[in-house]
Amino acid sequence: MTTTLDTGPDVSRSAAPRSDRARRAGRTAGRLLPMGPALVLLAIFMAGPVVWSFYGSFTDAALTGAAAQNTSWVGLDNYTGLFADPNFPKSVWLTVIFVLTSAIIGQNVLGLTLAMLMRQATGVVRAAVGTLVVTAWVLPEIVAAFAAYAFFHADGTLNALLGAVGLGESNWLYDFPMLAVIIANVWRGAAFSMMVYAAALANLPPDVTEAATVDGASGPKRLLYVTLPMIRRSISTNFMLTTLMTLQVFTLIYVMTAGGPGTDSSTLPLLAYQEAFSFGRIGYGTAIATIMLLIGAVFSVVYIRMLRPEVD
Amino acid sequence: MRLRAGLAASIAASMVIMAGCGSDSGEAEGGGSDTLRVVYQKFGNFTQADEHFTQVKQDFEAEHDGITVELVPIEASQNDYFTKLALMHGSESTAPDVMYEDTFMIKSDVDAGYLLPLDDYLAEWEDWDQFYDNAKNAGLGDDGSTYGVPMGTDTRALWYNTELFEQAGIPVPWEPTSWDDVLETARTLKQELPDVIPLNVYSGKAMGEASSMQGFEMLLYGTEDRLYDEESQKWVVGSQGFIDSLEFIRTIYDEGLAPTPQQALDPNLGATVTSQWLPNGELAIALDGSWQAGNWLESGEAPWPGWNDVMANAAMPTQNGQDPGAVSMSGGWTLAVGAGSKAPDLAFEFITMALNKENSLSYDVEASQIAVRQDVAEDPEYTEANPSFEFFSEIVEFTHFRPATSDYPQISNEIQVAMESVMTGQQSPEEAAAAYDSAVERIVGPDGVVSAG
Repeated sequence: MTTTLDTGPDVSRSAAPRSDRARRAGRTAGRLLPMGPALVLLAIFMAGPVVWSFYGSFTDAALTGAAAQNTSWVGLDNYTGLFADPNFPKSVWLTVIFVLTSAIIGQNVLGLTLAMLMRQATGVVRAAVGTLVVTAWVLPEIVAAFAAYAFFHADGTLNALLGAVGLGESNWLYDFPMLAVIIANVWRGAAFSMMVYAAALANLPPDVTEAATVDGASGPKRLLYVTLPMIRRSISTNFMLTTLMTLQVFTLIYVMTAGGPGTDSSTLPLLAYQEAFSFGRIGYGTAIATIMLLIGAVFSVVYIRMLRPEVD
Repeated sequence: MRLRAGLAASIAASMVIMAGCGSDSGEAEGGGSDTLRVVYQKFGNFTQADEHFTQVKQDFEAEHDGITVELVPIEASQNDYFTKLALMHGSESTAPDVMYEDTFMIKSDVDAGYLLPLDDYLAEWEDWDQFYDNAKNAGLGDDGSTYGVPMGTDTRALWYNTELFEQAGIPVPWEPTSWDDVLETARTLKQELPDVIPLNVYSGKAMGEASSMQGFEMLLYGTEDRLYDEESQKWVVGSQGFIDSLEFIRTIYDEGLAPTPQQALDPNLGATVTSQWLPNGELAIALDGSWQAGNWLESGEAPWPGWNDVMANAAMPTQNGQDPGAVSMSGGWTLAVGAGSKAPDLAFEFITMALNKENSLSYDVEASQIAVRQDVAEDPEYTEANPSFEFFSEIVEFTHFRPATSDYPQISNEIQVAMESVMTGQQSPEEAAAAYDSAVERIVGPDGVVSAG
């Protein structure tokens, strides 16, 4: 090695980079090799279904009927049908409302508030509140959904409580289906945001807040001008995660209202399920799934832009 | 070293996964001609098919040496059962040889290529003559071949509580001859017995197909109009009968002759009617199915020893009493052979054993089915097993079948949407019917619809 370097500048300039590049390429390949099986599995089990679903949305694939035997390419028919379907814009609207209110506002505000309050609380209170909040997160989704159903049902806990204090009862799942599923999703998801924010706040250097206090900044001002900007990255990461998780919520709504009454709580996952499995129109259902993918992508792009390093 | 170990581990992991795939195809070979896969539904209180096939499996295996009958009970609600069955057809290693198939899925499953035509087998089966013609028709595909052997059928009519009728001063037996008769009786009941729900007609999306079939179609098929024109194979839009049927729904919910919309839109309403409202005398008239009494037998889900003294039946009248005077809707299930079966001869033989006279009789009694074999229907053992069988067998002559095209599930959903918007007062019957018409046109295309009248 050293001898080649000593032979002259010309050789070293031409040969060394080549061998360097080759060595680097070899090293990269060597590092990638153990990831190979994982990549193959991911491609088959993660990318595969996405690609198939995208392809399926341009066909008339069905569970039964003639189209199940001879599936044919129908171009954009599913998408034009979707945009002509009055249930579709309503479903998109409900999905956006559900994501905005329950994930972006509800889970994040409640999670951040809990995380900040817990910093002030004593150990016992912190442990008690933390356990209670995290319980909702630890429950399997179907169990959490049943709990929320039992709470909001006409003969359920909420009406029993309201009745006990002499307030009027209401059939929540029938009269206010969206409100009920939004509250249920906030309840279930707040723990995740709380943990993310608790971790972010723990990393906040105390001297910055102290300096702000010394400068005479009030509580709300400290939050707005010091705390929030400093945990901005955690906020945008958490926005992204909660949005994507909420976009795909199915079990919770299906168990509580099944998308009803009528289509009043039928978000896109429920609409896709109904079309694909109740009506057997797999192609149409995958078109809805593709639209969901796009909505998720739009949200992700917005958040990734918020995360860009040069903005700092 | 560490790198190599990691590599080995991941390769080992992928080998395990591949081995997993391999064993799958190994099973497929096992499902050859010496194994018969029988797929059916087993859900909630519906265990009769399971008991039936378990019995037939024993007899069949005793008769056929070396043949194994593999029972695959699918534990799913009706809708999910169709989905799972359709998915099983997708792979040779799960495709059923014999399946429990709803008459109203037959046409679309034939189109999908899932079922085997049985004409040649049936021609040689002497018992086939015992089956009623209209029951045979339920197993036909669009090509005129028979694809399913019926196990039994059901009919729908009015159930009423004679004790409540007597308290309200209404003479029994009650024999309404028009919709107005039914409404007048319900109004009298409401006036005389304010705590009792006069009449239940399933309505809205929550009750799904029960709303369309037990509710709406029992009304519509009593008018001059139909859902589907069999001759031109087009869906009927803009019919007066559709509006009138919705008007009936609006009237009973608007005047408080029916449960409240909140009660009616509870997905568990069916169980509530069967096991609470009717036995407790909270509901006077129910437009419901022939299987109800089966729930009240000692072996049923809600045993009610006195049901036969309290409950009586009346046929659902046509709108103005026009011919034939009464209306009923029928469904029912068949046994069918999978198109991919490796042993179709054995599969058909299994069906002939499962539905011979003796086995049909025991199944129809256990599952409260209306018999479709003449020798079963006339057997005293059958007629004595359940006193309501006689009435429900009689109304078979008035019965209609649903237009079982592959578009029907979506159109049925639109019917439920129309019912729901009328019962909750969101739309007038005319508006809801117009919304239905445009939805149907969207589903089947402008060429798939025909205007009424």
